[in-house]
Amino acid sequence: MTETVPRRSVDRAATRRWLRDNGVHLAVAVLLLYNLLFTANFATVSNLTTQLVQVAPVIIVALGMAMVIGTEGVDLSVGSVMAIAAALLPLYLGYGIVAGVVVALAAGAACGLLNGVLVGVVRIQPIVATLALLVGGRGLAIVLVDGQIKDIRNDTLLEFGSAKALGIPLVVWLAALLAVAVGLLVRRTTYGRQLVAIGDNRSASALAGLPVRRVLIVTYVLSGVLAAVAGIVATARLTASDPSSIGNLYELSAITAVVVGGTALTGGRVRILGTVMGALLIQLIRATLIKNDLPDSIAQIVQAAIIVLAVYAQRERRAGAS
Amino acid sequence: MTPVSPTGPAGSASPAGPPSPASPTGPAAAGAVTAVTAVTRRERAAGIVQRSGAYLVLALVVLVASLAFDSFATTGNARNIAIQSSFLAIVALGMTFVIISGGIDLSVGSVFALGGVLAAYGMRWGSLAAVLLPLAVCGAIGLLNGVLVGYGRLAPFIVTLATLLGARGLLLVITDEGSITRVMPADSLLVRLAQGSVLGLGWPVWIVVVLFALGAVVLNRTRTGQSVLAIGASRDAALLMGLPVARRTTLLYLASGLLAGLAGALAAAYSGSGVTIVGVGLELDAIAAVVIGGTLLTGGAGTIGGTLCGVLLLRVIQNVINQIGTLGSSYQSVVSGAFLVVVVVIQAYLSREQRL
Repeated sequence: MTETVPRRSVDRAATRRWLRDNGVHLAVAVLLLYNLLFTANFATVSNLTTQLVQVAPVIIVALGMAMVIGTEGVDLSVGSVMAIAAALLPLYLGYGIVAGVVVALAAGAACGLLNGVLVGVVRIQPIVATLALLVGGRGLAIVLVDGQIKDIRNDTLLEFGSAKALGIPLVVWLAALLAVAVGLLVRRTTYGRQLVAIGDNRSASALAGLPVRRVLIVTYVLSGVLAAVAGIVATARLTASDPSSIGNLYELSAITAVVVGGTALTGGRVRILGTVMGALLIQLIRATLIKNDLPDSIAQIVQAAIIVLAVYAQRERRAGAS
Repeated sequence: MTPVSPTGPAGSASPAGPPSPASPTGPAAAGAVTAVTAVTRRERAAGIVQRSGAYLVLALVVLVASLAFDSFATTGNARNIAIQSSFLAIVALGMTFVIISGGIDLSVGSVFALGGVLAAYGMRWGSLAAVLLPLAVCGAIGLLNGVLVGYGRLAPFIVTLATLLGARGLLLVITDEGSITRVMPADSLLVRLAQGSVLGLGWPVWIVVVLFALGAVVLNRTRTGQSVLAIGASRDAALLMGLPVARRTTLLYLASGLLAGLAGALAAAYSGSGVTIVGVGLELDAIAAVVIGGTLLTGGAGTIGGTLCGVLLLRVIQNVINQIGTLGSSYQSVVSGAFLVVVVVIQAYLSREQRL
């Protein structure tokens, strides 16, 4: 901004910026405190563990989504990719846990590759490019298992779904580990910087000689692989592979977590901690409403209002920047 | 950054097509002129394929299906496809306008379901209320979308994502968490209208015909339609030209909400009850139909007829898969998804061709 601004409005802008950057942390803290103090049966180890386990797959998917949204894209296919991974898992578990997991992850990578090529090379709008896989992916997953729900009988996988280390479920450890890894990837590597630069201005990045196509493809592949991981986690938790329900509407939860966490849909900015907090916030809101005997429908409406509020905060940033 | 699509030979936007090259002024210019003509010819060909490709594919699919299945090319089946297409078509009409303006409306599936449930709910006060109640509520949701996108300048994708959730929540509230399915009496005027037919076609089909004719006139022959195309091609330019961008945008989302509500009410009346689980993923079908119909997702170009064609194509594919019989409905989504990829890839290359 070149024009001189009165001091008070600078302060207000600063407050607004602070709220935008830290609002999600504040909201999580307030809600957590409220629940710990006033909600019955909330401050128990088993409840807190349940909440964390429930939110873990959302966080894993949202990490990939945050990177994709950072490139000014969006990946609508994540829920269907989860279903594909879940469907492939029981088909290959016969060859051992490694084979099952590798095939599921490879399928996620292949889906991501398709999205990445459509967006990066063919230059189709991300919404449509990934919409195709959202529509087709789940159908494919259901076809793969002949429309059946298959029980998981692999002990290692079942163990992974229920075991704990240091009192915290392995699933939650995995989500935390992935969050740190993705955070480092975005913050500390050349790839991360290129990703943000491309999201900020694709043409300028291309002119500056950045490998735009490669970075976009890698980003969508990572999103696909993370979705596959979430699909495996969900399957292990469910102890069955049910492609018609696993990952349903996860794309919406993930996008909400990312946006509420302060990653702008306009790209050029990735906030991993914010994304994790965004996912936690949504989980907390649902838990608060449900534990206070408010129905799921109200929770849904509240979630809608929160999305709008979060984007409204971002709008002010854009208005300030131009 | 998504490249802003060229207005180019944008279907109905520029009926005259690309300007003809200036008359040659000297022998030296002759070579250049030939080159220009060659390019425009390619451009024109690309434009024609983009605009009419969907019709071509539809004709082909129908031809193949008629030859392959005896039960396909019957009046009963055609009537069936027509009525099944009609509800999606009404939703897709609103979506077409929204997408041409450069936006997107993800809330239509939820609004569709809400419209159906509200129609069944409003039936207690008579058929008129059963139509007006869904229109009022769904219109209000559309208006909310429009105000937030048009005046609030929030991203349409995320605003309508929020109303997708919100409308579904509202639906659950009025159906006691989805446990109540209200039946609409078969002798009521609305149900008789939705299930009845005239000249061999169901009333919903006629409503589609009227609405699409109106839509085509509005898009191609009115100032509102032209300003929608202008907004989609370049919002900033439209603002600079003095077009009421915020007001037009609001109007589009309002229309989309109203149409989705109307479609939901009609579908509920057709099936005789307000089912709560309908409409999930309907927004995807509608977007797919619009894109297959040749409307650019980047905005600024599109046709109403193409959307109708896209809707029919999706429903014919569904019908064919049902005819095969041994294939589950999951195959239908696989085919639709694959089809969508092929169409958008072709579109991407065609619009690049036009940009030359």
